[in-house]
Amino acid sequence: MGWIEWQVGSGLNIASILLVVIVVAAMLIWVERRLLGFWQDRLGPNRVGPFGLLQVVADMIKIFTKEDWVPPFADRFSFVLAPTIIMIVILLSFSVVPFAPGVGVVDSNVGVLFVLAMASLGAYSVMLGGLSSDNKYALLGSLRAAAQMVSYEVFMGISLLGVVALAGTFNLREIVEVQENGWFVVPQFVGFLIFLIAGVAESHRLPFDIPEAEQEICAGYHTEYSGMKFGMFFVGEYLGLVLISSLITVLFFGGWHGPFGIGLLPPLVWFALKASAFIAFFILLRAAIPRPRYDQLMSYGWLFLLPLSLINLLVTGVVILAAN
Amino acid sequence: MAKITVDGLSYEVNPDNNLLQECLSQGLDLPYFCWHPCMGSVGACRQCAVKTYRDAEDKNGTLVMACMTPASDGAIVSIEDEQASAFRAGVIESLMTSHPHDCPVCEEGGECHLQDMTQMSGHNYRRYDKLKVTHRNQDLGPFLNHEMNRCITCYRCVRFYDDYAGGTDLAAQASHHHTYFGRFEDGTLESEFSGNLAEVCPTGVFTDKPFSEHYTRKWDLQVAPSVCTGCAVGCNTTPGERYGSLRRVVNRYNSEINGYFLCDRGRFGAHYVNTDNRLRSAKDAAGMTLSTEEAEEKLAAVCAQGAIGIGSPRASVEANFALRCLVGEDNYYSGESAQNHEALQWLLSCLEDEAFSCPTIKEMEGADAVLVLGEDVTNTAPRVALALRQSVRSEATRLAAKARIPSWQDAAVRELAQEAQSPLALFSTGATRLDDVASTTLNADPASLLAAAKAVDVRLAGGSPDYDALIPEASSGASKGETMQAVESVCAALIAAQEPLIVCGSHAGVELMRVAASIARTLSALKSAPCALALLPAEDNSVGHAMLVRPQNTLAAALTKLSDGAASAVIIIENDLTRRAPSAAVTAALQAAEQVVVVDHLNTATTRAATLALPSTSFNEYESSRVNYEGRAQLSFQVSQYPSGTKPVEHWLGVDGALHSASLIARCSAEAAGFASLPKILPDALTRVAGLKVPRQSHRYSGRTAMNANVAVNEGKQAVDENSVMAFSMEGALLQQDASVLASPWAPRWSSNQSITKFQAEVGGELKQEQKGVHLLTRSVQSAVVEPDSHVVSGATDPATKGELGVHFVQQIFGSDELSAHSPAIRERLCDAYVALSPPQAASLGATTGDRLVISGTTTELSLVVRTQTPDTVAMIYPGTSAAGESINALDLPHRITLTRAPDQEAGAASLGLAALIVGDAVFSHARAAEE
Amino acid sequence: MSTARKNSALTTLAVLVRDTLTSQVVTLWKVFRHLWVPTDTVQYPEQQPAMASRWRGRIVLTRDPDGEERCVACNLCAVACPVDCIALQKTEDESGRWKPEFFRINFSRCIMCGFCEEACPTNAIQLTPDFEMAEYKRQDMVWEKEDLLISGTGKYHDTNFYRVAGKAVAGKDKGEARNEAQPVDVRSLLP
Repeated sequence: MGWIEWQVGSGLNIASILLVVIVVAAMLIWVERRLLGFWQDRLGPNRVGPFGLLQVVADMIKIFTKEDWVPPFADRFSFVLAPTIIMIVILLSFSVVPFAPGVGVVDSNVGVLFVLAMASLGAYSVMLGGLSSDNKYALLGSLRAAAQMVSYEVFMGISLLGVVALAGTFNLREIVEVQENGWFVVPQFVGFLIFLIAGVAESHRLPFDIPEAEQEICAGYHTEYSGMKFGMFFVGEYLGLVLISSLITVLFFGGWHGPFGIGLLPPLVWFALKASAFIAFFILLRAAIPRPRYDQLMSYGWLFLLPLSLINLLVTGVVILAAN
Repeated sequence: MAKITVDGLSYEVNPDNNLLQECLSQGLDLPYFCWHPCMGSVGACRQCAVKTYRDAEDKNGTLVMACMTPASDGAIVSIEDEQASAFRAGVIESLMTSHPHDCPVCEEGGECHLQDMTQMSGHNYRRYDKLKVTHRNQDLGPFLNHEMNRCITCYRCVRFYDDYAGGTDLAAQASHHHTYFGRFEDGTLESEFSGNLAEVCPTGVFTDKPFSEHYTRKWDLQVAPSVCTGCAVGCNTTPGERYGSLRRVVNRYNSEINGYFLCDRGRFGAHYVNTDNRLRSAKDAAGMTLSTEEAEEKLAAVCAQGAIGIGSPRASVEANFALRCLVGEDNYYSGESAQNHEALQWLLSCLEDEAFSCPTIKEMEGADAVLVLGEDVTNTAPRVALALRQSVRSEATRLAAKARIPSWQDAAVRELAQEAQSPLALFSTGATRLDDVASTTLNADPASLLAAAKAVDVRLAGGSPDYDALIPEASSGASKGETMQAVESVCAALIAAQEPLIVCGSHAGVELMRVAASIARTLSALKSAPCALALLPAEDNSVGHAMLVRPQNTLAAALTKLSDGAASAVIIIENDLTRRAPSAAVTAALQAAEQVVVVDHLNTATTRAATLALPSTSFNEYESSRVNYEGRAQLSFQVSQYPSGTKPVEHWLGVDGALHSASLIARCSAEAAGFASLPKILPDALTRVAGLKVPRQSHRYSGRTAMNANVAVNEGKQAVDENSVMAFSMEGALLQQDASVLASPWAPRWSSNQSITKFQAEVGGELKQEQKGVHLLTRSVQSAVVEPDSHVVSGATDPATKGELGVHFVQQIFGSDELSAHSPAIRERLCDAYVALSPPQAASLGATTGDRLVISGTTTELSLVVRTQTPDTVAMIYPGTSAAGESINALDLPHRITLTRAPDQEAGAASLGLAALIVGDAVFSHARAAEE
Repeated sequence: MSTARKNSALTTLAVLVRDTLTSQVVTLWKVFRHLWVPTDTVQYPEQQPAMASRWRGRIVLTRDPDGEERCVACNLCAVACPVDCIALQKTEDESGRWKPEFFRINFSRCIMCGFCEEACPTNAIQLTPDFEMAEYKRQDMVWEKEDLLISGTGKYHDTNFYRVAGKAVAGKDKGEARNEAQPVDVRSLLP
């Protein structure tokens, strides 16, 4: 690889990943708006720069220069802390994601658990943001967010266990390597579906953006946020989107492996392609599916997804035992 | 109580009334035009058709006019019957065939009874394809617009103007569908109640002209209940404000005082508040404008120095009381002229006397024998004159009752009564506007009037008056025989009457008021019941002011104190002293005083003499209370906000509690004798409407976000009224059934002023939760009996030298009131100062109407008006008004004067305001008619 | 388990699948296909939109066919306005024609609902297809009569209020309006 030493955990690696992830998340603002535009027979932002690409830059300039206001009635410490938590935990989650051979931050034996742990910590951001705002809509939003995130974490974790059982490891890089000859989406299709749904719920993207349902509760937990603190929640949401897409790629779609062992493209490109497809899919979900009611979301999770994921795990276990 | 069934529901009604009135009283919607609660039914318009049924079996029923049908017990009525509805729709369609399709440019639009009734009857498309009848309009003077095309021939105008108000110059002309309501030729409507035509007319034939000049739809006016400041009657009014200026004043129904009608002084006189003559900023001695802070500092310095205060009968109770608090009761002086002050002391004692009752206007209408002593009520308290005009119909009502004709059958009652009238006796110096309905008139000089009045008293008491002793040699006007005849007929009438009424007033002089009281006392002894005695003070708050002043604290005493140097500073509120005292005394006092603080809303001679002039608020700019001739205190709400720089008197004076009217009123009731019940005038609407304020703006108020956008596009917060139960916005609870704070009546389907029926407990009667004000004085004492003979007749009894004339001052409805004379419309009806002489006197001077006469010994020149009914020894002088034209200070003149013809007559002197006089002074019209 | 109950359980499952899966997937697919549907966006300002003549845009005051102001200051537009953004004052010229002394619309409040146009009895106030009304200063959105009054008749060419209404004005005396007879002579008793 010439003078560039691609090695997991190298400083360059870390810096590049951080940069790429954040830039991608920021660009997603533009991507999402354009895609939504097309799906709604519009153009989306196309005025700033070629194809409106500099819209992100304009948005960034705007959001950085906007008045950054903390309400006098808010609890200032936790109000400032909340948006930073979401940024930090999601960026930390990326540290265990194996993007390609040699590209990654750490190779952790407990990668899957680490991701789940970080996702759980993310709930604090939303809760603190809503509670510290001292605003009834924010409080309602944070209560919804807490319930939703805690609930869907359960199915998310259980749906992953099938994959873990098949791969026999919690190490994400090893999980990818195991899939060289066959993606887990085939044996674990139900698990994939559950993880997909739970992932959307975890990142409270539409249609599961119940904590910030603007028609009901203004903007939910970030009602009182403005300026870059709002920007951090905003970018955090897109980071979450990238993370979930990456995880789906890693866990169910063979990571950097091409389909059916096709190695036509560099591994990193395969990874990016697959992740992008899922990102686009998530945006399509937003364009197409209306938001369910809060109680529907909860009963759907506990009464349908939980049994389904348990059955999936049971069946996987039985199959594995039978195969052995 | 009778029980009737209307459309299947049964109602308890009053069988003395007609069906229409009772249906309306029950809150039912039944269209009508020609009927009016004050004028009865004539069945002219055919709009109130309903079906009546013989009994429950009767399915066909009979179409009848509800206004012509008694609400008899057991009647079965249907308003909604198909045939009745169709009939009403047909009638309105016929009425509308010539209606000119000009609602957008009609001042009545939006508060038009015709619009309401057309909608209610369901007519909306003109099927009639023939031509519309059109009419030429007339110029009816400065008060009313005329647009005859809109007429639907309901005859309400002439029934009010001629039959009710006694006008002679408006009539129905031509025939069939050419019927025309107007004057015989263009010209100002002479009646002083002409303005009511704008409210009586169900459509826009007669509309308020000054209002039209800055026209605003009813829904856009900011309104509040108010009280007229034109005279001592205290009629209830609704002033309307838009874009910061007063737009109009309309009648506000009060069952005891003004009822449905106002006089033209009240209706058109309030526009003085918009004129340039307002004092709008604080000024120092040099006339330099001061900021509010500077002015307050200066005022504080004056107060610290110790000042005396001079109150005013045209300032509110609160303002007068605040001044009294500031300077102390000892230093608070009357702002009334000497004659009025004395008269008011007598008036107050009579108001507390058990022997009398003070009649409301409504009660005056019911009097069956009236004696008016010396007071020209048409010109001093016009609403009283209108009531007295109705009182002569008491005889007709009595006859109708005897013949079992309901009193609302107007045409029948008039037909029955023919010329029969209850007695109305007028003892006056000159002719008055009530002469045409008077049974007895006595025109004589004041001394002779006094003598005749004494004779009445003696005669009533059973004695036989010594006419030779009573009637002085110098008497003029009526002969001794006429006087005796008048006295005899008055006595006979008063003795025969059930409800006699004696009317007198401060313009007639305190001597005559004492005799009036004496007559009333004799009558009450005769009838063993309190006799109605109406003593009319001069101004809107004369009584309230007099109640606050110690009797010995006269204006003369204050002026003397100032000119003697016993006091160095004076605070004068809302008072032009040159109207109250001789010019010399005023000038001497104001020049001697180091500090003269004048708080007023108008520029007057007194504000110009002030070392510190402070702008106060006019009646519509701050909540205030006034006490009328009955001792009834009434609250007048703030209509519009006052501009910065201006402040109410009590705010300027800044005594404890002054900033909030309720607290000042509470303090007044606690500290001032006689005001204990004053807080009862404050409405308790706050508790009734769940703490919501009553909006001053209608729910249709428009232009909120644009009216001030030319100044600043950002809308400020709505002004908050901390002071009152009303809000300066549309917000709050609009009282729909409750008239406790009712400024402008409106009800669904009833946009016009006729919607008042929805707020009346019984149509034509009391309002629901009516705020009638509070009678402050209770009758508990027997005031000192003053023997008529012990009266000192001042001045006039001095033996006259040859050629000397006794001075009698003439009051004029347009001009004698200080404030209304500044109103632009009223100014067009003003005339210059003049002196009226009898034809022989004028001939002896070799002068005719329009010539200039000089008062000997002075340089004062006046125009001459020859009037036939003037006594020979009297010079009737109208002093004019400083608001416009030539004027003199009446109090500068001696009691007796000699007149000479001015040496060089200016060419065209006759035109100086006399043209206005001819149309303005109805007294003169009478005199002129008699001459011709 | 009875057949009926089994059937109902199966039906429930079928409904569940249809609602949660089929329907959502079909929706996703239908929305996805819009990638190939041409967009409706008009690239304003390079591309000017075609405005319907009944478009409710900038408000104007028009003149009647004789060139006189149509507005008679009747205040009906102001009272119809739901945001109260019209304020005016009536005045009258020598001939008795009512006119607005001032007529002010605060366009920063206007919601272009067109109620004023509907309320107008003289077709004076009209909404036009001009929507380019942005200003840098809000104060500039307050338009006075001089700004609003145009020289033409706008959308309605023939309306002439005073030719119909019975009030006499300059150039139209009593009896000259539509369907009007000559003024009556009140001194005459002839029918």
